[in-house]
Amino acid sequence: MAECGASGSGSSGDSLDKSITLPPDEIFRNLENAKRFAIDIGGSLTKLAYYSTVQHKVAKVRSFDHSGKDTEQDHEPPYEISVQEEVTARLHFVKFENTYIEACLDFIKDHLVNTETKVIQATGGGAYKFKDLIEEKLQLKVDKEDVMTCLIKGCNFVLKNIPHEAFVYQKDADPEFRFQTNHPNIFPYLLVNIGSGVSIVKVETEDRFEWIGGSSIGGGTFWGLGALLTKTKKFDELLHLASKGQHTNVDMLVQDIYGGAHQTLGLSGNLIASSFGKSATADKEFSKEDMAKSLLHMISNDIGQLACLYARLHCLDRVYFGGFFIRGHPVTMRTITYSINFFSKGEVQALFLRHEGYLGAIGAFLKGAEQDNPNQYSWGENYAGSSGLMSSSPELCPTQRARSGTFDLLEMDRLERPLVSLPLLLDPPSYVPDTVDLTDDALARKYWLTCFEEALDGVVKRAVASQPGSVDAAERAEKFRQKYWNKLQTLRHQPFAYGTLTVRSLLDTREHCLNEFNFPDPYSKVKQKDNGVALKCFQRVVHSLDALGWEERQLALVKGLLAGNVFDWGAKAVSEVLESDPQFGFEEAKKKLQERPWLVDSYSRWLQRLKGPPHKCALIFADNSGVDVILGVFPFVRELLSRGTEVILACNSGPALNDVTHSEALLVAERVAAMDAVVRSALREERLLLVQTGSSSPCLDLSRLDKGLAVLVRERGADLVVIEGMGRAVHTNYHAALRCESLKLAVLKNSWLAERLGGRLFSVIFKYEVPAE
Amino acid sequence: MFIPFSPVDENLYLLFPNKTELLLALTSLSFLFLLRLPLLKSFFPWFGLDIGGTLVKLVYFEPKDITTEEEEEEVESLKSIRKYLTSNVAYGSTGIRDVHLELKDLTLCGRKGNLHFIRFPTHDMPAFIQMGRDKNFSSLHTVFCATGGGAYKFEQDFLTIGDLQLCKLDELDCLIKGILYIDSVGFNGRSQCYYFENPADSEKCQKLPFDLKNPYPLLLVNIGSGVSILAVYSKDNYKRVTGTSLGGGTFFGLCCLLTGCTTFEEALEMASRGDSTKVDKLVRDIYGGDYERFGLPGWAVASSFGNMMSKEKREAVSKEDLARATLITITNNIGSIARMCALNENINQVVFVGNFLRINTIAMRLLAYALDYWSKGQLKALFSEHELSGNAPALAASYFLIPQETVRVILEPLEHSLSY
Repeated sequence: MAECGASGSGSSGDSLDKSITLPPDEIFRNLENAKRFAIDIGGSLTKLAYYSTVQHKVAKVRSFDHSGKDTEQDHEPPYEISVQEEVTARLHFVKFENTYIEACLDFIKDHLVNTETKVIQATGGGAYKFKDLIEEKLQLKVDKEDVMTCLIKGCNFVLKNIPHEAFVYQKDADPEFRFQTNHPNIFPYLLVNIGSGVSIVKVETEDRFEWIGGSSIGGGTFWGLGALLTKTKKFDELLHLASKGQHTNVDMLVQDIYGGAHQTLGLSGNLIASSFGKSATADKEFSKEDMAKSLLHMISNDIGQLACLYARLHCLDRVYFGGFFIRGHPVTMRTITYSINFFSKGEVQALFLRHEGYLGAIGAFLKGAEQDNPNQYSWGENYAGSSGLMSSSPELCPTQRARSGTFDLLEMDRLERPLVSLPLLLDPPSYVPDTVDLTDDALARKYWLTCFEEALDGVVKRAVASQPGSVDAAERAEKFRQKYWNKLQTLRHQPFAYGTLTVRSLLDTREHCLNEFNFPDPYSKVKQKDNGVALKCFQRVVHSLDALGWEERQLALVKGLLAGNVFDWGAKAVSEVLESDPQFGFEEAKKKLQERPWLVDSYSRWLQRLKGPPHKCALIFADNSGVDVILGVFPFVRELLSRGTEVILACNSGPALNDVTHSEALLVAERVAAMDAVVRSALREERLLLVQTGSSSPCLDLSRLDKGLAVLVRERGADLVVIEGMGRAVHTNYHAALRCESLKLAVLKNSWLAERLGGRLFSVIFKYEVPAE
Repeated sequence: MFIPFSPVDENLYLLFPNKTELLLALTSLSFLFLLRLPLLKSFFPWFGLDIGGTLVKLVYFEPKDITTEEEEEEVESLKSIRKYLTSNVAYGSTGIRDVHLELKDLTLCGRKGNLHFIRFPTHDMPAFIQMGRDKNFSSLHTVFCATGGGAYKFEQDFLTIGDLQLCKLDELDCLIKGILYIDSVGFNGRSQCYYFENPADSEKCQKLPFDLKNPYPLLLVNIGSGVSILAVYSKDNYKRVTGTSLGGGTFFGLCCLLTGCTTFEEALEMASRGDSTKVDKLVRDIYGGDYERFGLPGWAVASSFGNMMSKEKREAVSKEDLARATLITITNNIGSIARMCALNENINQVVFVGNFLRINTIAMRLLAYALDYWSKGQLKALFSEHELSGNAPALAASYFLIPQETVRVILEPLEHSLSY
């Protein structure tokens, strides 16, 4: 049954908190540009959704107008950078307790200046109750939306757009959450919503779903019956009681009926034969804790059993659980998981959602925003603006609870272009981008969190330096420091807050935080300079390569790729060298490289392969600007082109560290083409194509790539994928299995990681893989 | 405290055999071949015991065709047992003989007689065993067959305290064979199996006999303290599909906590006078009527005890309302799980038996209605006569089915041997 809420709560404090002061910088952000509101009012929590636009500074690159100028002037950078304002779309979701609703509505009204919105979509059991209040306060007409429709729309949305949205709960594991990589096809699935009662819905497509069953024994039963039995009024307190109780004092177990003989009979003596079976006596008192625990087991087991029966009948093995009974409570997630495992004998998986509480609000919003076609776009969770998952058990994480207070936020950025899976993945459902799961690996987690903490000073300095003309750069950089530092502290305590913790998520969070404080591209000038320097060396490098014999040249090309990859401002060991030695160049980098045999070395097989027929088309994911892309990648591309292989060169859509962006790569390619006939004709004949990845991350998620890239890969029949760099080929994709040949190469610029892999600083990974026939 | 057989009756003894040898003998064909009718009487009295989580069910076969010769040979203790059991309806403070359930003039193994049904709470089991010891039951020659979880739990006590060895029989085996058997013998000339027509309408509701001539496949839902659900494909082919811990014990246990009642009868009586809609949140309480988007009727319960989240409503309900809501909650849930099992197993006749349904017309009619409504008429809920005979309190099927079967299991091989 839909969440119909608890009329027992909320009524007490509706008018209490009018005087609450809201920090507008943190909550209800971007209200001034807000349009399209939706609200989901549950039994105790209100979720508000709105759509807004965010103005961001972005660094744009473009070629100089060279007319009448000598392009070969030494002092001139290869292209110009201008900082522009860009408007992006963002979805804001705010969750707060019903007691604040009036204060929040007042706040919204005061800050809502130039909106054309006339209507607010409302869902949830409280939509009735607060209808008049909302209409009066906001002067918006309340449009009621069907609860279940909203829930499912919301569920589809988060499953499609938020990687690591779903997780399984593992009892007694550290951490208790294990996130699932999103299945490329999320349908069909079963959604079990445990509100007051239970609704079981089968979702088959975006718009097709069916209520296939339900049960009246749900959260309301736990709450209502629990209140009667224990005289405890609050749901959370009941859960707390339950977590301390012993159900065996109240329940009749198999061993109570069979005595000790259950063992010889192969029965599990601890199974509950009859819930509350021992309470059938007038002369015994039972503790509140024990009764609450017994009730929790009774209800969770019953729901789990029914869910399994429905899953079996409809041949489904993915069951998502939601509703206020679940809402992040470890106690209920644990009992539901146990029950599902028990009744399905492990065949059905109980899955929970990080943003479960927001589903209704998201769905209601999507209903109202249908003319904006929100489902046409891909969306990304903004780590800077989102609170992340936290345990709702206060005793579990007291610090988190105190800091986050009463408001919980989720922000999602609309991405420019839709993202899809790389068609060359061997098995998209089982693809996991990240090599190390830091939620799982406590040692690695500790190392990387410290590593990012230590690097923070440098990042702040770099950010300030990147905007010399700005008066408030230092202040913003300080805010950035605080924000990212807090995120790191949250992740220390709750590594699961944003899904699986990985080096990638740490890097992405940093990028999001930088963007948040208008440091869109702290490395733009560094990249500009590096590109300029490297371009000047291009011809010399190409000449010397051309002078080599074929076999020598192949090795030199690979070494060039690797040496180029040393130039990574994201790696502490390198950035220190680069900062202190401005003369450090391509040749110096080559000397740093490990001698063959490399740490991972399948070069001989690669060479052997090159003696065979050329590849049809190579997809190359480039890494750093400057030496890396210009002296490493382009000569390699040039060789492939000469062999008759077409090349798709994929670069990031947005900036991340000193990684080369798509727009920078276009300018660089133009300059290279001017110097080199092979590249020039290939560009003209579209045998060399530059595309964007759709990402702004130093890492690479092959399941979320720009749709244009995927189309091109299919059209051109790409049969070789080259992934370069530590972020893309080691932190991610090291184990990625592809349907075609692949080259993963990187220089390990972090001694801890190198040691872990059995190597040393500047050890080389050269991994050439051919899929099994 | 319950004392199954009055200690005042000095002459009362139960016949227990020198068990181990006899049990071995029973399974040995060669021995059976040697058995002759006169030997059979040494097996008297015929007992069966089902020791459940809450109740112990005892059946006793009273032979009515005792010849003068037999009577003379019969030891005094046997005679007094017969007299004691058949002339009393209550034993001690908690033992009860359900007279209305007595199966009269039954022919078992060539013997004519009446089958009696006696029950007492499982927590009085130690007293029962103690009495067996005091009365030196072990000196008598009979087989004490038992099933149910308690057959295992109390086996050691029977042995060490009473010097009695139980013949344990598989509970589910007994249940299946029992129900088929009881259906075949009928109920004192009437049909054993029945169903409800118009179960939702108190005026038009009618109990009609059902001819279980094609029993297979059937789903057997045994509602005792907990619930076991079995899919039965033939006499010998069945499986336990699932079970739930929300059963009769849950209803009674919760009622005790919520209302302070002390007996199952009292709980049911309260429930019959209560109004569950004050306690439960219905679909119409949330949506104002039917929830059309999903085809849910307004009268359906959306959240059991859902209204009890509110303090005001908690203060407004009576104990009777709470008892009724507990009954409706447990019953609906059993119906729901049974229906899903029937769908998964592709079975459309569902037989509900067990203690919980004793004198429980509300539950039976609700099961009948819920199964029919939610399956759109595809599933039929069937009941066994022993749970409802006329308006009088009835006994749950498992009450006698299991001990009944016990008797049959003991006697069947003997019948074969006797035909030689």
